[in-house]
Amino acid sequence: MKTIFAESVPGRGSRFIESDAPTAAQMLPGELLRAKPPRLPECSELDVVRHFTGLSSLNYSVDANFYPLGSCTMKYNPKFTEYVAGLPGFARLHPLLAQLGQGASQTQGALRCLYDAEMLLREITGMEAFTFQPMAGANGEFTGVSLMAAYHRSKGRKRGRMLIPDSAHGTNPASAALAGLEIVNVESRDGMVAPEALAAHMAEYGDDVVGLMMTCPNTLGLMETHLPEIVETLRKTDALLYYDGANMNAVLGKMRVGDAGFDVVHLNLHKTFATPHGGGGPGSGPVGVSARLEPFLPGPRVAVRRDGSFYLNNNLPQSIGSIGPFYGSFAVVVKALAYMLRLGGEGLERVAEYAVLNANYLKKRLEDVLDIPFARLCAHEFVASAPQGLRALDIAKALLDRGFHAPTIYFPLIVKECLMAEPTETESKQTLDAYVEALKETVALGKNNPEALTMAPRRTPVRRLDETAAARRMTLTDDME
Amino acid sequence: MPFIPHTPQEVEEMLAVVGVRSLDELFADIPPQMRSRRFKLPRGQSEAAVCAFFEDMAAADKTDLVSFLGAGYYAHNIPKAVDAIVGRSEFYTAYTPYQAECSQGTLQAIFEFQTAVSRLLEMDCANASVYDGGTAMFEAAMMAVRSTRRHTLVVDEAVNPIWRGMLTTYCAGLAVNIKTVPQRKGLSDKQALCAALDRDCAAVIVQNPNFFGFIEDYTSVFAKAGELKAFGIISVYPVMQAVLKTPGEMNAAVAVAEGQSLGQPLNFGGPYLGLMACKKEHIRQFPGRIVGRATDLDGKTGYVLTLQAREQHIRRAKATSNICSNQALCALRALVHMSLLGPEGLARQAEHNMHLTRQAVKQLTALKGVELLNNAPYGNEVALCLPEPAEQIVNALIAKGFAAGLPVGRYYPDMENILLLACTEVNRAEHIAMLAGAMGGLL
Repeated sequence: MKTIFAESVPGRGSRFIESDAPTAAQMLPGELLRAKPPRLPECSELDVVRHFTGLSSLNYSVDANFYPLGSCTMKYNPKFTEYVAGLPGFARLHPLLAQLGQGASQTQGALRCLYDAEMLLREITGMEAFTFQPMAGANGEFTGVSLMAAYHRSKGRKRGRMLIPDSAHGTNPASAALAGLEIVNVESRDGMVAPEALAAHMAEYGDDVVGLMMTCPNTLGLMETHLPEIVETLRKTDALLYYDGANMNAVLGKMRVGDAGFDVVHLNLHKTFATPHGGGGPGSGPVGVSARLEPFLPGPRVAVRRDGSFYLNNNLPQSIGSIGPFYGSFAVVVKALAYMLRLGGEGLERVAEYAVLNANYLKKRLEDVLDIPFARLCAHEFVASAPQGLRALDIAKALLDRGFHAPTIYFPLIVKECLMAEPTETESKQTLDAYVEALKETVALGKNNPEALTMAPRRTPVRRLDETAAARRMTLTDDME
Repeated sequence: MPFIPHTPQEVEEMLAVVGVRSLDELFADIPPQMRSRRFKLPRGQSEAAVCAFFEDMAAADKTDLVSFLGAGYYAHNIPKAVDAIVGRSEFYTAYTPYQAECSQGTLQAIFEFQTAVSRLLEMDCANASVYDGGTAMFEAAMMAVRSTRRHTLVVDEAVNPIWRGMLTTYCAGLAVNIKTVPQRKGLSDKQALCAALDRDCAAVIVQNPNFFGFIEDYTSVFAKAGELKAFGIISVYPVMQAVLKTPGEMNAAVAVAEGQSLGQPLNFGGPYLGLMACKKEHIRQFPGRIVGRATDLDGKTGYVLTLQAREQHIRRAKATSNICSNQALCALRALVHMSLLGPEGLARQAEHNMHLTRQAVKQLTALKGVELLNNAPYGNEVALCLPEPAEQIVNALIAKGFAAGLPVGRYYPDMENILLLACTEVNRAEHIAMLAGAMGGLL
């Protein structure tokens, strides 16, 4: 499709603003003004609507396609949550209004939503307090790591290392590095953190270890069965335990990270709590902490008075400061709260049960189609390798032609030709069965006629794109060619 | 069961395939001492009941105040067509476009967004957006630190204190030293900014219009930074940027912005988006997602995520940033908004709002003891000096139905009488007269 800039016709416009104001040149000195107007599209409203409607038709989406994307929890996004988040009483609310006047009286509804959401997440995770400031999962990781570092600093300790399993999401080491920490890679064995590897690292670095960042169930979709020992090992030097909540969908109601001994958790509201991914954002990555880390949380924090009214507490002398400009991605939090209220405790626990049921069912049905390395129950997702002679990439691309989004491929890095699938609880048995048939067909086709796979996809709006040439040519705007 | 399609019979069939007897047996791998001790949550409610709850909550917020609040975040009219397009679930229920062949809608939109941002700021290239204006400023500063291998940032005190606060938090664990150069009566002290720069400085960070609403030309500051091989970083307000001298014209190395004013509702603080644009020579240090044009096997034009070798999922601890998502849907909103307004619409919006602000200044400075903090040029926001602490006046006006602006004393302790006031197209001329009347009654 042509770009919107190529659709532009000089002199055309939508005249959204009707004004008889003087021109900028009549109000400001000429040397402060730009020489030429910005070359933005000049289009009618219909031009714009038609262009973007056309673009939308080039996307796969959860509303149209099954997305078995491991680690991403692409569940259905209920429509009513869009409605409630868009209510004018929220959408038009200026964040600084809560900081004017006596006691935030103008924004009681919005503050109550934040407060209620925090209370529910506390009960869900067993943590003592939450901040909604982090604007995505990785931003939550950075926040959590900063809180851990602040805890040790408050004890007068200078610690500089973070332990991270080799199966972790790439954001874990990147977030810890961004907070100025050195990364110690913890090796896994049979998909689990190897207790002896952990013990060896603790023996070597002991008092320099800030903590361990765990994903549990891990990115192989396996529950860490050594968890109690891991917790105990870390406790010996007062090292802290971080829980990457990306996989929370697997344990809702079954395991509470606070009860299990974790000090920090970040949640991805856009995964577990069904807020839409938006093609890559906005997300929301609230962080929960145990009592000993609560004093370091970013501020301001929503608090409640005896009379039941809400206010913003800025009296947080040990706070790490502000991670975001205000109170987080409020509209995303509202959607997640709506989802939690709709499901209730029973419904949330059911999410984990059916997510894990769907994953295990799919895994079992694919046992004779793909190479599945761990013959035990999985959690909400599982890893598989492409059968001998086939590449994960080619299988993924061939699935696109059959109307399915590809599973996550080549992650985690420790599994060869990895295809990682997470069906989520919102998919029906019929969809899973159809996906199994599509994978069977694809693998059979690949074995008989390998080229048919390497040339896929053929039915998508474009075929395979030359990424290497694109990186070399670096055409990043319409003006760079 | 809401959002779970399984019938009891299907559950039985599926459990049999898996080889377990009950759903709970699927969780046998969780060590017993790790199982939940409690899970006391309220019962689920009907969709209608949940909607009614939120309708009540939204009604408890006072959105009918006549508001002149800004401070980097502005109430604007957003074309309804933005909601219609962004409300298409082909956009909002899609995933990050790693599988390019089935994500061309999102990818081309981001490419167009990058083009629009680059043109608005007159920079070579832009990324797919970051979380907000504050994180954009931090990421720009980190580009400078990595590229120069220097560890001092010179920051103008007239930069939004909300973003300076975030910069301090994000730099806490890093060996980065922030040197803040005091503003003078709401203006940047350009001489002092130049004097603070030396060969240990990674970057100088300024904002235009600055936090107090005043407009300046930072060409000389960036020239000095350039001599010392430091980065010139500028944060701008996208609407005013339609008419103001651009970061490109001032020769900035990196330009950033809070993109909220481009089609995002205020939403009580988010989600918003951060715009980032830079000169081509700094592209390898650019954080976050970037989309590039490519060709497919048939020679057809398409778009891909490119330069991924910088990113966390490849480089892990050595990535340019930990950033994983962008604000894709917010970026789409910004792009559609800019496309609907066009260059003329965006400039008229800036001019209309500047004009309203001049009317407000005229009427308010006619009150006894109220004057402009400075006679320097300003845009649609301005700092007024009141005869009493601004906090008191603002609080008293809240009761009369006005959010008169932001008292800046909380950020600048010796400026407790200063009120920061912004006008946008949601304000009508009679609102200004009403505010002047109400404020006059208090002074």
